[in-house]
Amino acid sequence: MIKHETIEKNIGLMILLIILVISGGGLAEIVPLFFANATTKPIEGLRTYTPLELEGRDIFIREGCYVCHSQQIRPFRAETERYGHYSTANEFVWEHPFLWGSKRTGPDLARVGGRYSNDWHRAHLFNPRDVVPESKMPAYPWLFENKLSGEDTAAKMRVLAKLGVPYTEEDASKAREQVEGKAEIDALVSYLQALGKTHSQYTNKR
Amino acid sequence: MSAFWNAWVWAITLAVILGCSWLLLATRKSEPHKEATEETLGHSFDGIEEYDNPLPGWWFQMFVATVIFGIAYLGLYGLANVKGFYGWSSVGQYEEEMAHAEEVYKPVFAKYAAMSIEDLQSQPDGLKIGQRMFANNCSLCHGATGAGAHGFPNLTDGDWLYGGAPATIKQTIANGRQGAMPAWGPVLGEEGVRDVTSYVLSLSGAEHDADMAARGKQQFQALCTACHGADGKGTQALGAPNLTDNTWLYGGSFEQISHTIRTGRNGVMPAHKDLLSDDKITLIAAYVYSLSNK
Repeated sequence: MIKHETIEKNIGLMILLIILVISGGGLAEIVPLFFANATTKPIEGLRTYTPLELEGRDIFIREGCYVCHSQQIRPFRAETERYGHYSTANEFVWEHPFLWGSKRTGPDLARVGGRYSNDWHRAHLFNPRDVVPESKMPAYPWLFENKLSGEDTAAKMRVLAKLGVPYTEEDASKAREQVEGKAEIDALVSYLQALGKTHSQYTNKR
Repeated sequence: MSAFWNAWVWAITLAVILGCSWLLLATRKSEPHKEATEETLGHSFDGIEEYDNPLPGWWFQMFVATVIFGIAYLGLYGLANVKGFYGWSSVGQYEEEMAHAEEVYKPVFAKYAAMSIEDLQSQPDGLKIGQRMFANNCSLCHGATGAGAHGFPNLTDGDWLYGGAPATIKQTIANGRQGAMPAWGPVLGEEGVRDVTSYVLSLSGAEHDADMAARGKQQFQALCTACHGADGKGTQALGAPNLTDNTWLYGGSFEQISHTIRTGRNGVMPAHKDLLSDDKITLIAAYVYSLSNK
């Protein structure tokens, strides 16, 4: 029998035994998810983001939108009545990184696509208080001035393709011309309008 | 989850529970005595020594209690593919919640669904439900009071782009609207835009330059009357606004009107038939109707 004293005085052995004990949770809870259909197989009919939407997504990340807006609807009536069908893991298979967020200062955006007009999004992002007087969201006027160069778009798509997103070399080679010269606001609005609209498996009627 | 991963999860979970229990009992068994004594482990670090005492009873019992809790929890709620005694799942709980809500609220909505929008005007509770849903779904563009904002129509003033009859309001909410005012800047040129702007200003009796308006009138007759009508009073079937009143969706100053003519306007009302049930759209339409028909 190993004595307490032996473990306490052999730090390598102690580390080994600690890893053995604490790995149980991860092995049982996390590892199976890498192999389950529900988490690795994309939902039927899922489409990839267009190059413009992809650039919009990067602006969403750059401006820190995910700090205040989640993209994950939980299976409670109080949420589905407001936001639509609850989110499922197979909707996020091609999201690198996923933008579920961890806190809602503003509303969830998982299915915001199509709920408001492009004009509304533009007015709202230019100055939220012009359309929602009580809003505490910051204004993003520079999105209307900054233009996209599109020089990195193809490289981003190639990296995503390596991670399993089905972009082809042809998609990547045409990306720059679809993006170059567009205002950042156009990219962000097209991304927002795509949220929840990249497949049509769920009805969002309530 | 496949049979393999189901077995994997169960094997690890049971191994952890049994392993922790074994560790606890084996440690307790090897303790040299059962009561607290003055005996120490014999080492000293900077004068600090350590008693060689057994685990305190309360601590040991709490650990045993957590193991029992863990096993009971697995039995009640299940693990991996095995359903527990309660048969619980998060989706199952959600569906139960939805079924309960359906049972409670269905009769409420059914009662109002049987009424016409005109009859709903005398149902304060129905209008209140409509108001709540308006606040959730419509107020971001049209404002909490329905008074609109620049580019988003005021619903309280009795002036309608597409018509204010109950059935029309309902259709607008369900199917949405797509405004289609083309950009006339390239056709008219900058001078033409200013002339037509002057004429449009004259239609509502606003201050304008008479010479420019006279020139603009010809252009207006050629290009604008198809939608806005020969008299400029608009066509609700097309969503073309009346230009002779003082209601301006995009502003009524010279600069704002000329901008509208130069670059066009394409206001969009999103369709809600895929977002809200017909019963709910009816109640929202009844509320919107009530805003200008007190």
